[in-house]
Amino acid sequence: MSEPATPDAASPDEGDDEGRTDRADQPERTDDDAAAAREEAATRAPGSGANAVVAALEAAGVETAFGVQGGAIMPVYDALSASTVDHVTMAHEQGAVHAADAYGVVRGDPGVCMATSGPGATNLVTGIADASMDSDAMLALTGQVPSDMVGSDAFQETDTVGVTAPITKHNYFANDSDEVGQTVGEAFALANTGRPGPTLVDLPKDITFGETDRPVGEPTAPDRAVPDLEADEEQVEAAAAAIEAADRPLCLFGGGVIKGDATEQARAFAREFEIPVVTTMPGIGSFPEDDDLCLSWAGMHGTGYANMAITHTDCLIAVGTRFDDRLTGGVDTFAPEAEVVHVDIDPAEISKNVHADYPVIGDAATVLDQLDAAIGYGDAPDTESWCTQCDEWREQYPMDYAIDPDEPVKPQFVVEAFDAAMDDDTYVTTGVGQHQMWAAQYWTYREPRTFVSSHGLGTMGYGLPAAIGARVAADDDREVISFEGDGSFLMTIQELSVAVREDLDITVVVLNNEYIGMVRQWQDAFFEGNHMASQYDWMPEFDTLAEAFGAKGFRIDEYDDVESVVEEALAYDGPSVVDAHIDPEENVYPMVASGAANGQFALAEDQL
Amino acid sequence: MTGEAERSEQGGDELAPEEHAATDGGTDHPVESPLVEHARPTGGDAPETGLAGPHPEERPHPSGRRDEHGVRKEPDHGPEPTRRATVSALVEDEPGVLARAAGLFRRRQFNIESLTVGPTTVEGHSRITLVVEETEAGIEQAKKQLAKLTPVIAVGELSNDAVAAELVLLKVRGKDPDKVHAITSMYDGQTLDAGPRTITVQITGDENTIDDAIDAFDQFGIIEIARTGQTALERGDSPTTPGEEPGHSADSTDDEFTNYDD
Repeated sequence: MSEPATPDAASPDEGDDEGRTDRADQPERTDDDAAAAREEAATRAPGSGANAVVAALEAAGVETAFGVQGGAIMPVYDALSASTVDHVTMAHEQGAVHAADAYGVVRGDPGVCMATSGPGATNLVTGIADASMDSDAMLALTGQVPSDMVGSDAFQETDTVGVTAPITKHNYFANDSDEVGQTVGEAFALANTGRPGPTLVDLPKDITFGETDRPVGEPTAPDRAVPDLEADEEQVEAAAAAIEAADRPLCLFGGGVIKGDATEQARAFAREFEIPVVTTMPGIGSFPEDDDLCLSWAGMHGTGYANMAITHTDCLIAVGTRFDDRLTGGVDTFAPEAEVVHVDIDPAEISKNVHADYPVIGDAATVLDQLDAAIGYGDAPDTESWCTQCDEWREQYPMDYAIDPDEPVKPQFVVEAFDAAMDDDTYVTTGVGQHQMWAAQYWTYREPRTFVSSHGLGTMGYGLPAAIGARVAADDDREVISFEGDGSFLMTIQELSVAVREDLDITVVVLNNEYIGMVRQWQDAFFEGNHMASQYDWMPEFDTLAEAFGAKGFRIDEYDDVESVVEEALAYDGPSVVDAHIDPEENVYPMVASGAANGQFALAEDQL
Repeated sequence: MTGEAERSEQGGDELAPEEHAATDGGTDHPVESPLVEHARPTGGDAPETGLAGPHPEERPHPSGRRDEHGVRKEPDHGPEPTRRATVSALVEDEPGVLARAAGLFRRRQFNIESLTVGPTTVEGHSRITLVVEETEAGIEQAKKQLAKLTPVIAVGELSNDAVAAELVLLKVRGKDPDKVHAITSMYDGQTLDAGPRTITVQITGDENTIDDAIDAFDQFGIIEIARTGQTALERGDSPTTPGEEPGHSADSTDDEFTNYDD
């Protein structure tokens, strides 16, 4: 291999692998410096395929990659050591892929993860599927056995391209050292073009070892993948007319509003026309939940008032949502009186699950501006009585819980206590299950990208590695907290070692009920309380375990512990774990049973 | 903005109004203990388990419904009819493109009747022709999902008068060669192999013709059969997929092909 290219002088310290645990000490790069560094990476002669891969990452402006070493990816790691791209070594490839996913969610640029062939690649699969379901931009780089051994069932060989084809936006098998850098750049760019999603490049070892002096160039997505941002004017006019004619319009803001950086336009649109807002779960943060117009999020465990509004609206203005079944409940009873205006960048989402009476294909921010302009001055519907109705529902179906100081702590109380003590723009990551729902329901989200969760795939174990990714991605003055369940936390707990090694200031709150709680809740409701494989006879003490990892451990057993633990855990500068022993029988309500009508949400088990 | 002012008085978060006032406060780190703010007697407005509010059956619910495609409908709406569609996809000829297309149809449960693939006259391009049996919404979805695959250049659905054909090879018992030859001729087929025990013929035509031919040859005893599935092109001066360019050898006469891209 030829000598790896040295980092550009404009960024003197970033390539220094030593002492990188203290990220706050890194000098801020100016935009001009960063642009110059990207330009240099795009135009230099890389020397080898592996150097070309790394040059492509640098040319794309990648600052951090998450990964795990291994045989077939070693050439790339070797090249990475001399790069401006920082690397966080994770404990498990699943940790790497979730960290990269969350990093991408927080930054708005694709997160990058790396793994070796075979088990390294297959361990990424869950996280790639997760990113695919949530349309998260991400690039995965996987090592592969040398090209001449592909197909021979060689050691650590897996058909990574075949395995990941259904869960990537597109994937690539690199077969030419001269082109591998350009391919990596294309994959990076494609991940964040149009509707975002994960991409993958499989890198056979001979290709990364191979010599090349071909510069990688600017990362560029294929022309065909670049959609028109602006919607057809006829579609916009028709949708605007439908909104003008409505009596009970309702905005439904999905994850696409956040991914499309359209929160400003979404907020301006709803406020200008005084249209109430519900969000989807991935859309949480697109509209401030403490705003008078906001009814919070709708769906299976959404607020009663959001689900009532969806049920009774006559014009649903849906932006950047794919109408997941957890949102719609039974499609037959979903928004049954509504004309549906559906704004989406992906034409395939139009009328996929819910028929769009007024499809508007384009970028969320652009289309919201177009709609805003198309709704005539004075033609906007009068929403006063509709808003009053929504407020009545808000009072009829309050999100509430009872506290008995002598009983186990309610999980909602723990969530609210941390919310009260932390900044409004705190990043909240979660695993999947009851704790995720409580974190979504009882935390008040105000800013986009602050709720970092596994939505579509529902991946238990997402929370801790996501908190690591979010912490690395976030500005130093932003706080990061992860809510986990005991079951969820155990699935990726090994990543705590990374948080300690990298000295990451995160707080993990384990809402510990010694159950797979959501399964237990369903077993009580639908399986006559048969707690098969959902109840733990033994759980480790997570506070003690945290200390063994080198993190700070705290424990909550009763209400009197909460205040001091919240204070101390947040004051601790480094990873802390709060083992909060909560009421094990607490359930998540409201609940729309699978396939049921949103407006028929249950408020208690006997209503299911 | 009077409406806004009125609403703000009524509170407006998922917390009960009195709690909300205490927690929100507008500051990042309230000095008061959250426990003090939240503590209240057992019960309060909330029930022992679950949430307060009108029972589901006490709530008004609109009588309208949607069908399985999310289209609002009358209550007596019957099942959606399906139809057959021939879809043509112009694709980059790269490894795995057929697997990507086939995998897409499998995992999204589109009902696929046949799939053919072959090169075009443009180097690096292939054409995939699919026959699907789906509802109108299903056909639209299939086309849109296919178009999303990165190596897919363009997707078009063929009109009813498109030219379509498939090919079948039939190996039949050779006891009655004259009759086999006669039927082969009737279908404008060719005899590819004739031996003492078997005769193999080739028939081309649209799907109905092939079906009829197979019925006709059945009397001799069909030993083996190989059928390609339908391939198709749009008739006349219409491109088969939108935006398709004419092949290179047709470039010099492109003034006649106004419906094609240059």
